[in-house]
Amino acid sequence: MRLLKSFGRFWYDFVIGDDWKIATAVVVALALTVLLVLTTSLSDHVLAVLGGSAIVLAFAVSLAIDVRGGNRS
Amino acid sequence: MSPEIWGVLIATFVACVVEMVEATTIVMAMGFTRGWRSALAGTAAALGALAVVTATAGYALTVWLPEAALQLVIGTLLLIFGLQWLRKAILRSSGRKSVHDEDAIYRDEVEAARAAGTSSGAGLDMFGFMVSFKGVFLEGMEVVFIVLTFGLNAHDIPAAALAAAAAVLVVLIAALAARRPLSMINENLLKYGVALLLSSFGTFWAVEGTGIFRESRASIEWPGNDLMIPVLIVVWLVLSRVYVRSLRHPRPARQAVIAGEARKARST
Repeated sequence: MRLLKSFGRFWYDFVIGDDWKIATAVVVALALTVLLVLTTSLSDHVLAVLGGSAIVLAFAVSLAIDVRGGNRS
Repeated sequence: MSPEIWGVLIATFVACVVEMVEATTIVMAMGFTRGWRSALAGTAAALGALAVVTATAGYALTVWLPEAALQLVIGTLLLIFGLQWLRKAILRSSGRKSVHDEDAIYRDEVEAARAAGTSSGAGLDMFGFMVSFKGVFLEGMEVVFIVLTFGLNAHDIPAAALAAAAAVLVVLIAALAARRPLSMINENLLKYGVALLLSSFGTFWAVEGTGIFRESRASIEWPGNDLMIPVLIVVWLVLSRVYVRSLRHPRPARQAVIAGEARKARST
């Protein structure tokens, strides 16, 4: 059990790192892009630009929340 | 060469240099305090384990996943990874996070190595072996991840592996020549550069990969295809510089309050 826990902890630290908000922001932005892919008939180029913009915006918001929380280490 | 292959070579080489500098600091601390035999044995064991991970994961990912799914999975992981590095680079550049200091890390490792008791097995000092193994394996995992993601997407794992091997060689030669931690390398700047590359390629591939949810399962096409990658690098660079500038200085509202308080104090 301890081994399993450390294994899970290693992968969490490796992928998510020390700020879970970034991973959440990426997943939310991509989920919105998938939603556009499934529900609209927008062209590939528009979908790509919207998806990319959603990722940039999501990161900007997550970092703003992070620094508002007073990140200083 | 296509922009993708250039991206593979540059990102893998620079990321590998950064990670290898960190691993070298740990191995050197163990070598000088606990003995080179155990430190080098730990390093060799870690490199062997990393080669097995690369081969297994590389084979599994290419065989099991269709292209768009591969782009989505790899792009998402690369994006999360790259944005974590970018966040740290922004916080370090703006003075909100302490910069990575190889000399300080070396001193801490040496202190820990001297304080640890003796435990030997198979003719090796187990502390030196395990710390070297762990250091090289953990730092190396990040390189494996970058080699796999860039290599798979560009359909050129050998190019990525070659760039990583070249970086290992360069760091080894530099470490042998310097005989001390490679603190003269501006790791923070290199990490910033790698973060921009990982974030840009991650954005490109992750968005392409969302096409897996269409009936055709075909990847989404960016306007200009690969030419969008330099544009994405510029976008991430501009955003990060805006953040660095705004985080480096106190907010105007706060400055006004401070100035107001100072005026009030002078007048009373």
